[in-house]
Amino acid sequence: MRILVAMSGGVDSSVVAARLQAEGHEVIGATLQLYDSRGAAKKGACCAGQDIRDARAVADRLGFPHYVIDAERRFQDSVIERFADAYAAGETPVPCVACNQGVKFTDLLGLAKEIGADAMATGHYVRRVEGPDGVELHRPVDSARDQSWFLFATTREQLAFLRFPLGDMPDKGAVRAEAEKFGLIVAGKPDSQDLCFVSDGSYVDLVERMHPEMAGPGEIVDSAGQVVGHHEGVMRFTVGQSKRLGNAARLNGERQMVVGVEPGRRRVIIGPREHSFVSSLSVRDVNWLVDAPPEGLVCHVQMRAREVPRPARVIPTADGALVQLTEPAMPAPGQACVFYDGSRILGGGFIRREAAASAA
Amino acid sequence: MTAHTHSRDGQSRVVYLDANATEPLRPQARDALLEVADMTGNPSSVHRAGRMARAVLESARDTVAQMFEVEPLNCIFTSGGTEANVLAMHGLGQGRRFLVGATEHDAVRKGVPDGALVNWLPVTHNGQVELDAFEAALAADESPAFVCLMLANNETGVLHPLAEVAALCQRYGAHLHVDAVQAAGRMAFSVATIGAQSVAISGHKIGGPKGAGALLLAGPAPARVAPLFEGGGQEQGRRGGTQPLPAIAGLAAALKAAVETPRDLSPLRNRLEQAAVAAGAVVCGAEAPRLGNTTSLALPGRRAQGQLMRLDLANICVSAGSACSSGKVAFSHVLQAMGLDTLAGEAIRVSLPWNVQEQDIDRFIQAYVGMAQSASPVLGL
Repeated sequence: MRILVAMSGGVDSSVVAARLQAEGHEVIGATLQLYDSRGAAKKGACCAGQDIRDARAVADRLGFPHYVIDAERRFQDSVIERFADAYAAGETPVPCVACNQGVKFTDLLGLAKEIGADAMATGHYVRRVEGPDGVELHRPVDSARDQSWFLFATTREQLAFLRFPLGDMPDKGAVRAEAEKFGLIVAGKPDSQDLCFVSDGSYVDLVERMHPEMAGPGEIVDSAGQVVGHHEGVMRFTVGQSKRLGNAARLNGERQMVVGVEPGRRRVIIGPREHSFVSSLSVRDVNWLVDAPPEGLVCHVQMRAREVPRPARVIPTADGALVQLTEPAMPAPGQACVFYDGSRILGGGFIRREAAASAA
Repeated sequence: MTAHTHSRDGQSRVVYLDANATEPLRPQARDALLEVADMTGNPSSVHRAGRMARAVLESARDTVAQMFEVEPLNCIFTSGGTEANVLAMHGLGQGRRFLVGATEHDAVRKGVPDGALVNWLPVTHNGQVELDAFEAALAADESPAFVCLMLANNETGVLHPLAEVAALCQRYGAHLHVDAVQAAGRMAFSVATIGAQSVAISGHKIGGPKGAGALLLAGPAPARVAPLFEGGGQEQGRRGGTQPLPAIAGLAAALKAAVETPRDLSPLRNRLEQAAVAAGAVVCGAEAPRLGNTTSLALPGRRAQGQLMRLDLANICVSAGSACSSGKVAFSHVLQAMGLDTLAGEAIRVSLPWNVQEQDIDRFIQAYVGMAQSASPVLGL
């Protein structure tokens, strides 16, 4: 097969490329240039960062063609701006989902088809299983590297074309060993951390630059609007969080948590932890990987990147889905709510803001 | 492994149609380069070895100067086209306001000295400078202007109406600097015939080795040029640094070969173009006079990136926009300036090298038509 491999320049996607080539496939490498590694000050300039250089070195060593794809503008519009806008709307976004959905699995996948590829492979830790009723998406063998939650929005059509060769790897050590076996220079390269587009880890600065109205200190209020404390910036607060509340962390003997964020007024709304949980929530932009029955599905839902899935019933609606939780919880608007049946992803969507509003 | 292992169509020979990025080395240039590569001397040294090197350097200078009809000492060797352009703009443009063509190469667009006033000269949809707007810009201010307009465009091959441009420059007392990097060796001209005060050329675009270029100056020698860096005062104090002799000897030999054995590539280019147009392509700048080896082919609705990859996988080398250090495909400012905004991300440049073969054109046509006829997904990239 002719397979386009999305190469980040890291060890995972490099191993994918090397293995597919060793299996006899015609491998074509592609690296997305998502942002200028020299920073926003040099907007529009082009610059090959270390990761592009590494991806190219791997391709050169293995002897397959490699291309750098300019996706800066698309990434800026479809990921970074949406990321900042979501914060400005009081949500806690998941930019990696937007990036997988748009730049990677729509644009790059389209390019793969354009050049006559039969499939596109990535280094994501997730399993693609050919089931009796079509292709299924599952959690990987290595639960420490599970990326399935970030990939729930992959459509069935995209899934049919995609390959995730690392889903069966037992652990990262095995991947690095395989990289060494192939003689890849990236075998010992450290894993990438957090958000790829903020090099110093401070997404706060980035969002505040794009939405200056959100910058600066503000008030912490209770659900009645009473000022109970002050904070250094709304960007640091997510619904469900108990940290950084200072003296307001405990009021009238009750532990408090964030139940809402009003970025325009730079207000953080808190409520007693015990009474703020909700037992149902509404999700939008739902992607179904199964044919959902109208009466709904009994399954587990995961509402944060790292948390234990909770039992729930998910009922499809005209504009998304209604999720009824067995045990109340505190969902954060903008985060993904992914539906699982064991290791298999059934579907998922983004948590609506009203879900939190009803909690206050 | 060789570069050819990824060819799956069995046609392993690489078809190179990206001459405007760099020309294949001409055999005459190769001979000259190899001969000089073993010479030890520094042309600035007084001893025998130095004198031998100096003789090679000056002989190359004589050859280049003669080809472009300038005084030998008005041929300043540089590291290439970019440096020649920037040397002219910095060394001859002090205190002047700059009038720069919108479709100039980045070497010129980004070579304007810091703090200088710049007026960007608009072009017509054919890519030629708008003469009325140009004259208005010249007349807008009495202070002397420094005009930068290229002879042939690197992406489209379009030629500016330089006779009119030069006449206007003369009337308004403006300095005319011409970036002739793409035109040199591909069309007959001299510094005098185009009426420029300064002209930049590059060795590897003529079929010489990479690493040498020249700034050619009209008038009596040696014309004064403030150096970008003084170094040891080489090139009459106008360009510091030991001259790269093999590259310079190769440049002179390539230029001589190009001028003495000219080859009109336009019939081949036209055949290729007609087949592409029949397959749905639009030729950018088609109505203007153009360099015979160049065509800019836009395929509406098909991103340049995908076209480039597809052709490369068929072992056909072309380009899109101008080459960029990261290798990504940049949006074409040239086509944008021509008002072809949508096509700007959908055009590839095909530029035939001096040694192009008939069957190269056949191979290109076959691959291009196949590509144009294949299903075309809508891409966001």
